[in-house]
Amino acid sequence: MAEKKNDKLLIIIAGLIIGVIAAGLAYLGNPKNMGFCIACFLRDTVGGLGLHRAPVVQYIRPEIVGIVIGAFAAAFVKKEFSSKGGSAPMTRFVLGFFAMVGCLMFLGCPFRMILRLAGGDLNALLGLVGFAAGILCGIFFLKSGYSLKRTYALTAGEGYWLPIVEVVIFVLLLAKPAFLFFSEEGPGSMHAAVGFALCAGLVVGVLAQRTRLCMVGGMRDLVLFKETRLLWGFIAILVAALVTNLVLGGFKLGFAEQPVAHMDGLWNALGMLLVGYACVLLGGCPLRQLVMSGEGNADSAVTVLGLMVGAAFCHNFGLASSGEGPTANGKIAVIIGIIVVTLIGVVNTYVKAEAAKEAA
Amino acid sequence: MVDARGLSCPMPVIMTQKAMKSKEDYYEVLVDSKTPCENVTRFAQSQGYKVDVEEKGGEFLLKISR
Repeated sequence: MAEKKNDKLLIIIAGLIIGVIAAGLAYLGNPKNMGFCIACFLRDTVGGLGLHRAPVVQYIRPEIVGIVIGAFAAAFVKKEFSSKGGSAPMTRFVLGFFAMVGCLMFLGCPFRMILRLAGGDLNALLGLVGFAAGILCGIFFLKSGYSLKRTYALTAGEGYWLPIVEVVIFVLLLAKPAFLFFSEEGPGSMHAAVGFALCAGLVVGVLAQRTRLCMVGGMRDLVLFKETRLLWGFIAILVAALVTNLVLGGFKLGFAEQPVAHMDGLWNALGMLLVGYACVLLGGCPLRQLVMSGEGNADSAVTVLGLMVGAAFCHNFGLASSGEGPTANGKIAVIIGIIVVTLIGVVNTYVKAEAAKEAA
Repeated sequence: MVDARGLSCPMPVIMTQKAMKSKEDYYEVLVDSKTPCENVTRFAQSQGYKVDVEEKGGEFLLKISR
C-alpha cells in the first residue's frame, strides 16, 4: 500500500514539474500555450526539413529531440531499453497519421490541450469533451477484444534508430545548412533558446519515461480499471501550468483571440475525438509514443513517422486549421479519419476473433 | 495463466481483469516488460490480491494470490 501511495505521489510531482516547465517555455519564447505540443513540434520539425512548405510553421524543435533522448537515457540506465516491435506497424502508421490530422484540426496534441486549458483558452474545453468521447469509442473496442497482437524482440540495433535520427536532426539544427527552412514569422519563428528547449525536453523525457505518463491513459484507465494514477499526472500538469501562467501573466480566460487556436467548437471537438480515438487504439498519446520510441519500441517509432508524415500532408493538402478556423479539406479528412479508425477497430476486434475461432 | 508477453498496456491488464472475473484464489500472469508488470500488479492489488513477481530472462511471472 505504501508503494502505491509513492507511485501516485511520484507522478503528481513529475506532473507539477512538467507543468511549470511547459508554462515556462512559453514565457521563454515558445508560442503562447505551446510550451509543449508534440503534434505542433513534429509538424514544425518536418517543416524545417522541408517536407511541407507552410512558411509559418517551420523550425526544428529541440524539445522533441530532448524527449526522445531523455526517455532513451532513462530507459537505458534502468535497463528497460529493449528493441522490439512487429505489432501491426502499418496499422500504427495509419493511426499516427490520422491522430495528427485530428491534432491539427484542433491545433494541439492532448498535451497542448491541457496547456491551452491552463492558459484560459476555453475552446480547449470543447476539445476535452471530444477527446473524452474519442477515448470512450476506443474503449468500446478494447473491451470487445481489440488487439494489434504482440510485439517481438527485434535485432539489437532496431530500437536505436529513432534516437539516432533525433540526434542527427539536432545536429542539423545546430549546423543550420541552407537547405533547412526556418520561419521568419508566425508560430514557427517563436521559440525558446535551443539550450533551454533541449534541457526542458530532456527533463520531460526522463520524467515521462519513469512515470509512464500518458494523456489518454488517464481517462482510459479510469474508465477501464477505476485506476487514477495517470489521471493525476494529467491534473498535476494542468494545475502547475495554470499557476505558473497566473504568476507569469500568461493567463487569459475566454474563447476569442486565444493564441494559435480557433473558435469552431464542433470541429475542435471532432478533431480531438479523432485524436483520443486513434490514441486509445495505439495504446498511448503522441508524447507516450515518443517516449516508447526512446525505449526501443520500433512500433512507436513507426507511429511517430506516421505522425510526421501526417503533419506534412496536413499542410501540403491544406487540412490543418489556422487561427481563422478549420478548412473544408480538413473537415473531410477528419471524417475520413474517424471512419478509418473505426474500421481499424472493427477489423482488429471482430475479424481476428473469427479467424481465431476457425483455427480452434 | 494469462500469457500477455509482447502486449503493451492496457492489454495485459484487460486480460488479467477478464481472467479474474472467475474470482479464483490464484492466477499467474506472464509479461515481458516492466510497465505491464507494474500495471498488472497495481490492478491485482486494487482487487485485494497479493502479488509476487519472479523475474527470469527479461520475463516477469506474476503470482497473484489472496
